[in-house]
This record gives sequence, C-alpha cells and structure tokens, in this order.
Amino acid sequence: MGVDLNGLSFGIDGSMILRDISASMPTGSVTGLLGPNGAGKSTLLRLVAGIEQAAGGTVDLDGVTVGSLPRREAARRIALLEQNASPSVELTVLEVVLLGRIPHRSRLLGSFAAGDDRAVALRALASVGAASLTDRSWQTLSGGQQQRVQIARAMAQQPSLLLLDEPTNHLDVSAQLSLLAQVRDLQLTAIMALHDLNLAAAYCDHILLLDAGRLVAAGTPAEVLTPEIIGAVYGVDCFILAHPRGGHPVIVYSAPTSKGNI
Amino acid sequence: MTRSRYLAWLVAAAVALVVVCGVAVTIGPAAVSLAQVAGSIGAHLGLATEPVPLLVDSIVWQLRLPRVLTAALVGAGLAISGAVMQSVTRNPLADPYLLGLSSGASVGAVCVVILSIGFALPVAAFAGALLALVATLSIAKVGGTITPVRAVLAGLAIAQLAGALTSFIIFWAAKGDSYREILNWLLGSVAGATWESVAIAATAVAVVGTGILLSATRLDAFAFGDTSAASLGINVNRTRWALLGAVALLTGAMVAVSGSIGFVGLILPHLVRGISGPGHRRLLPLVAVCGALFLVIADTLARTVFDPRELPVGIITAFIGVPVFILLIKRKKSHLWA
Repeated sequence: MGVDLNGLSFGIDGSMILRDISASMPTGSVTGLLGPNGAGKSTLLRLVAGIEQAAGGTVDLDGVTVGSLPRREAARRIALLEQNASPSVELTVLEVVLLGRIPHRSRLLGSFAAGDDRAVALRALASVGAASLTDRSWQTLSGGQQQRVQIARAMAQQPSLLLLDEPTNHLDVSAQLSLLAQVRDLQLTAIMALHDLNLAAAYCDHILLLDAGRLVAAGTPAEVLTPEIIGAVYGVDCFILAHPRGGHPVIVYSAPTSKGNI
Repeated sequence: MTRSRYLAWLVAAAVALVVVCGVAVTIGPAAVSLAQVAGSIGAHLGLATEPVPLLVDSIVWQLRLPRVLTAALVGAGLAISGAVMQSVTRNPLADPYLLGLSSGASVGAVCVVILSIGFALPVAAFAGALLALVATLSIAKVGGTITPVRAVLAGLAIAQLAGALTSFIIFWAAKGDSYREILNWLLGSVAGATWESVAIAATAVAVVGTGILLSATRLDAFAFGDTSAASLGINVNRTRWALLGAVALLTGAMVAVSGSIGFVGLILPHLVRGISGPGHRRLLPLVAVCGALFLVIADTLARTVFDPRELPVGIITAFIGVPVFILLIKRKKSHLWA
C-alpha cells in the first residue's frame, strides 16, 4: 500500500505554502523531494509526519489517515529526521537512540518501565553500522556519524515510514554517499528532501518536484530530471548524461553566461 | 552509568541527607546531642524513645527541625524546578525564577512587610508569583503557542517591571527595621520557618514533584527541540504549558516560604547531570535529594558562620554557587557553551 497524499494543502496566515499535492508512493520505495528553497519541502514532510495539520486533504499510510491518529500512534509509524538537529544537553549516542523508544512507552509509568528498549536501541545502532559509537558523547561525533545515529534513533522508533529533511546537509561527499546507501539498505518506505539533484537521481526510485508550493512533476528520476523541467523550475541550463554505471541520469549544469550572471 | 551505580549514588545521597539534617539540628547556640534530637522526634511521633528535657524538646521541635526540614524541601523543590525549566526552555541558564516568579513574589512580600497589607506573607508572595506567571505567559503566547525564547523574554520584561515596583515601594515607604526585614526576604531565608512552612513546602514538593517525575519521558523528548519532540509523539504545546504551570506552582510555593534563594535551581541540575546523565528518570530524584542536601548545609552555614548574627541563606548559596558555576564554565569537556 505505502503512502498516499490526497490533495494536501497548507497555509499560514492566509498565504498558501502547499496547494493540492497528490502523489502515491509504494511500500519500500525511496522518494526524493526536490525543489528550490522555499518550495515547501520541509512543510510537506511535517504534514506527512502529522506534526502539522493540513488545511485540506489527507495523508494515508497503509490505508490509515495520519491526521486521525493520536500523536503517539503517528509517532509509532512515522519517524522524522530534522535538519541540523542538536541537543540542548550532553547526550551519549545510546541515549539519543533510546529517545526513539518514547512513543512505544506507556503513558503514565513509561518513564520507569524501560522493557526491552535497550536491546532495540542496540540493534538499531548495529543495523546502521554504528555499534562502536554506543557510549560516545553525541557532541564529539562527526556530522556523518551524527546523521547515522539519528537514523538509528529513527529505526528504534520502528516506523513504517521514514522522513528525512535534507539529511546530507553539511556532510562531505563520502558521508553523503554512505548515508544515502544506508537509507536504501533499510528497505523502508522513505521520503527525503534533497537539494542535490544528482544524489536524488542516484538513490531515489521516485522524484516529487515542488515549486512554490505546487507539485510540478512526479515520476522516476529519468522522467522528472529533464533539461526542460529543471530549466523551468530552477532557472538553470543543464545537460543530462547517463551514468556509466547503472545508467541513471547525471545532471551537468552549464555555467551561466556572463550576461545571465548579472 | 549502570543502574546499580546510579542507585548507589541515590541511596548514598539520601543517607547523607538524613545524617546532615540530624547533625544540622544539633548545631546552634544551645548544645543538643543527636540522641536528644532522636528522642524529641520520637516522642512527637509517639515512639517509645528516651524522654528529653522540655527546653531541649522545644528547641528541637519548634525551632530547628522545622527550619532544617523547610530548607531541605525548598532545596529539593528549587532543584527540580530548575532542571525542568532548563529542559523545557532548552536553556542551560534557566532557573526556577526565569518566568518572573520571584520578582512577582517580591512585590507581594513588600506589600505585606512595608505597606502592611493585611495578608500573611506566604499568601501574598504566592499570589504575586502567580500574577507574574500569568502576565509572562500571556505576553509569551502568540497565535496560541508559546515558544521558549518568547517565554524567557516575557519573563525578563515582567521581572524588570516587578523589580522596579519593589524598589519603588521600598524607596517610597520603608521605615525603620522594615528595610532589614524585607532585605532578608529578598535575599532568601528560611529563618522564620514553622511547621506551617514545612507543610506548604512538603505538599508542593510531593504533589508537583510526583507529577513531574511521571513526565520524565516527555521531558526527555525535548532534548532535540520541539519538532523532534512532536515527531516522538509528544503534544508539544500542551506538554510545555502543563510543565511550566507545574514548575510555577512549585516555585511559587518555595518562594512563599523562603523568599527567592538563588543558584540552587541553576547549579544543581548541571552538577547532578554529570553524575546521573541527562535522562530525567534518573536526574529528577537525584537532583531533588542533592538540592535538599545543598540547602540544608548552606542554611546551617548561614546561621553559624557569623554567629550570633545570621545571614540570609541566599548570600551563602551565591558564595558557593558562583565558584561552582565558574568551574562548570571552565570545564574543557563540556560542549554546552561552545
């Protein structure tokens, strides 16, 4: 079944941020959410997570409408990785991952009945290859390690849908590639907002392209990432090549002419 | 830290608290032995203990014990409040008085002491604290939500206003000994503690403390901020309201019995986090016990160091608190203040 967005709209103080977004993502697929800054990517992720209530339309996850679920129920199904999150206190890696167990604890005495939370957290860390970091302090990790631990935290939540808001921000190239490979390996339905079109082309099954709050294109990377569509949305000139390995599209930008630069 | 090591810390701190309280009751102008303290307490609890002289009994039961217990309860309450404030506002400098509570309480107190308004001081102080809180939160509430930064800024504004009001009343109307009395209160003191103070503080700490302890998981969820808390299933706005309200009630009760004692709520949570870790399930019980221990020791110093003169305990907590705070800032290991 997967995720269905049915005519989602959202506005703040009368200005529409998202208009009538409809799309369908099958179970286990990885979807890239693309678009210029301010296109509404983060807002769409928050709506899908159920953190923000849509002004119109619904998000259906495996046939259940997310908006009708209590927050805790939604949190058991959907995990969200925000952009550049940092904690206000000093936490160890294990403590960060254990946060993912919060929606699974009982409401009243949950603070004192940890159950098998620790085992689940350790498994989640191992599943992203970060078991060796367990006792490290979060603040001493590299950006790539922090994102990896955040993914472990999300996995400890045992979600059926994983949302990532620009997870490759501030990571070096190798950390970007290994992080996205990690997301693919989880075999989980995932939607991630990305800036880098080439990363999206290489790692996503589907692309949703937003522009000024509207869904302007949806489909496979080859269908969406064409010179015409990219030119119309981003205002840049580009060529599309086929990757020598795998054949997915590679976008090569042509430098703006000096005239266009001014 | 393992569970057993944490429990060892907690038990050790609790035992230390009982011992320090007992010893603190023996200290003072009139010599009292630990056995007499036990005897007096036992007699009042209806236990078959060794009888003690009437004078000793009244020193222990009427004067020193209420004071020591009030100090312990206020220390616990302030430490819990500070820990919760720091988590909910994501601000390592947050203390229990952040939302203008102590300044509001001070206005209530000067009204009683200097303007001789016919209320009991604790009642007026508590009313002042609540008024300040309501004002702070209604300023901070924009579009139905309260952000931590707005709450802090609104608290600052109200604190400044209440501070000006307090100074105005003192400057305009204070006469004779009322200066000394109000200064004593403004700096924080448990000198006048009675069994009534103990009852107020104990009720607040027990009721609100239990509620907060049951919310430990929700407090943990705020570690990475509001969005993260929401994605972990927390109703962020409602939870923040409830926790700020609970802390305000607790702090209001503490201020009502002791004035505004600084640094306990600011320092203790930082110190104890170093032992318990940041998880609130472990932090809250240990910070409560350590806060109690700290304030009992500070108050004992306050009434003995310059014997027969007594200092407001707030001066002692500042003298101890500031160097500790500086050490915390200087700690290389910490990434908090980077």
